[in-house]
Amino acid sequence: MTDPILKIENVSKRFTRMPGLAERLVGKITGGGKPVVVHALTDVSLNVDRGEVLGIVGESGCGKSTLGRVVTGIYAPSDGRVTLNGKPVAREHGGNIDKLTTQVQMIHQDPFASLNPRMKVGETLAEGPRYHNIIPAGEVRARIRALLEKVGLEGAYADRLPHQFSGGQRQRVAIARALAMEPEVLVLDEAVASLDVSIQAQVLNLFMDLRRDLGLTALFISHDLSVVRHVCDRVAIMYLGRLVELAPADQLYADPKHPYTSALFASVPTIGTGKRVFEAIKGEIPSPINPPSGCAFHPRCPLAGPRCKVDVPRLTDAGAARTVACHLNDGGVGLREVAA
Amino acid sequence: MTAALEVRGLTTRFDTRGGAVTAVNDVSFSVEKGRILGLVGESGSGKSVTGFSIMGLIDAPGRISAGEVLVDGADLRALSDEEMRKMRGRKVGMVFQDPMMTLNPVLRVGDQMAMAVRVHRKMSKSAALDEARKALETVGIPSAVERLKAYPHQLSGGMRQRVAIAMALLHSPSVIIADEATTALDVSIQGQILAEVRELADKTGAAIVWITHDLAVVSSLVDDICVMYAGRIVERGTAEQVIGHPRHPYTKGLLDSIPSLHAPGTPLPQIPGSTPQLSRLPQGCPFRPRCPRATELCATPPPEVTVEGQTVLCHHPLERS
Repeated sequence: MTDPILKIENVSKRFTRMPGLAERLVGKITGGGKPVVVHALTDVSLNVDRGEVLGIVGESGCGKSTLGRVVTGIYAPSDGRVTLNGKPVAREHGGNIDKLTTQVQMIHQDPFASLNPRMKVGETLAEGPRYHNIIPAGEVRARIRALLEKVGLEGAYADRLPHQFSGGQRQRVAIARALAMEPEVLVLDEAVASLDVSIQAQVLNLFMDLRRDLGLTALFISHDLSVVRHVCDRVAIMYLGRLVELAPADQLYADPKHPYTSALFASVPTIGTGKRVFEAIKGEIPSPINPPSGCAFHPRCPLAGPRCKVDVPRLTDAGAARTVACHLNDGGVGLREVAA
Repeated sequence: MTAALEVRGLTTRFDTRGGAVTAVNDVSFSVEKGRILGLVGESGSGKSVTGFSIMGLIDAPGRISAGEVLVDGADLRALSDEEMRKMRGRKVGMVFQDPMMTLNPVLRVGDQMAMAVRVHRKMSKSAALDEARKALETVGIPSAVERLKAYPHQLSGGMRQRVAIAMALLHSPSVIIADEATTALDVSIQGQILAEVRELADKTGAAIVWITHDLAVVSSLVDDICVMYAGRIVERGTAEQVIGHPRHPYTKGLLDSIPSLHAPGTPLPQIPGSTPQLSRLPQGCPFRPRCPRATELCATPPPEVTVEGQTVLCHHPLERS
């Protein structure tokens, strides 16, 4: 048994929008005007082992970015908890985060937005470690130079401003900034999605090198199935705020168990297979404000039965360190089978 | 047989304070009826400017400095602004990346579609709405009559992009230009739209130019591919040729850097450096500083070499494997 460094236990996150004055007044007459609740995450449990890279995959609205933010401690979970080495990642006070771990660091999608355009890159990198006394003051300059070199840039670039870098170089700076805090866990939220193909390969190679050299533990959030397969050990598939399947990467890609996972793989265009008809998933992604009853995927699922409309599937063991939340794996989709 | 769209020697320049920048440099290709051409490149390669140039949508400081754009044999560049406006939307339609930018947020879908119909054809509004409904049904929108009454914000991203495609189809144009039309969509929705686009090309006979950075999308959708780099088409051929047997070192490099073609966890072959700035292009072949096959010869303009219909702009093309 390996030791999980990061534990996500039964985490739910709801965002509530209170109605405005006008809506409340109209609501008095029409019976509406109630708070709108978005169920971004529902009862998600995951463990991440030390040195593991866990991929989080899903389409928009599946909650993958919200999960990343809860893990980083930016959002307080509505229910459940996230612990790093047994300690909560964030201390909450009256619904707000008031103390946050520095041990989980995030790398965002857009390096044009995530770097302060008026701050020299060296200052950006030094700000966090200096404030938190992670690097002794006398060593900051030397350490920043070493970090820049570690991510494949030149130490002298510390005096440059973000606009003097290309997109790929900026993403390297963003990675260096996260590493400067000497984190236990990195959260990469679509970190290569905005990069050109040729640059994406460079950044993925850098990530794999750093992982090998530093033994990084990471949550790799992405919608790109081929990138995830390349860098992740295990993959979690999410749909509408819930975890639907979790498996070692090679097994998941060889033999997806959840109908959503299979459908997702079937809709992804792949290179070199020639022209083909896409076996597209029918229908739209439902709204997380009003998720479907039972299994959230049932309106789009080709294999759904009566039970799927009423009964929420739980994550159950599917052998070989795999879990899947589907009635097909848990007694069948017919109502009679449940009773039996 | 004349191609539905033929582009010959298209060159688009932008006059900037730092001197003239050639965003599209001597680009030529043709698309026949019912075929889909993939125009592939990374950011700054000139693929979008090519699309805008075909549509006659280049504003100052940009200008088309040379070349011809023939739609059904007629040169669009010879048209006045007024004549071009009559052509746009009727003979050539365009679909953009972000449907929220294409659709007017304060008009109902039906109203803006009817307006687009009546710009080019004299008919009553109810007849125009009927045309709009048919177009929505063509792109697979369920309960089209209700959708006509919806505002764009009431539709999902995938629905909005379908409406944008339906609008481009209203006048059964000969040519449709789609610029990163599925890039902003989720994969399951992208899959649905790609399937419909393929069917549209077969059914309506429209020639489609599919502009994208995503090689996997073009590889499964299009008939022919043009690869652009620094404003030029560096390789052109059928999808099977370009994906299966790339001959330009840049195309090869792009394909090699796709993770799904390699064993998980192994280092990816990468193209060194980054895309050049158009204002500071190297002499000769623009790919020279990043190219593993470059020699001194590459400082001179690369020749166009064609073998079995596959054209590359290169001094040292790869052998056909």
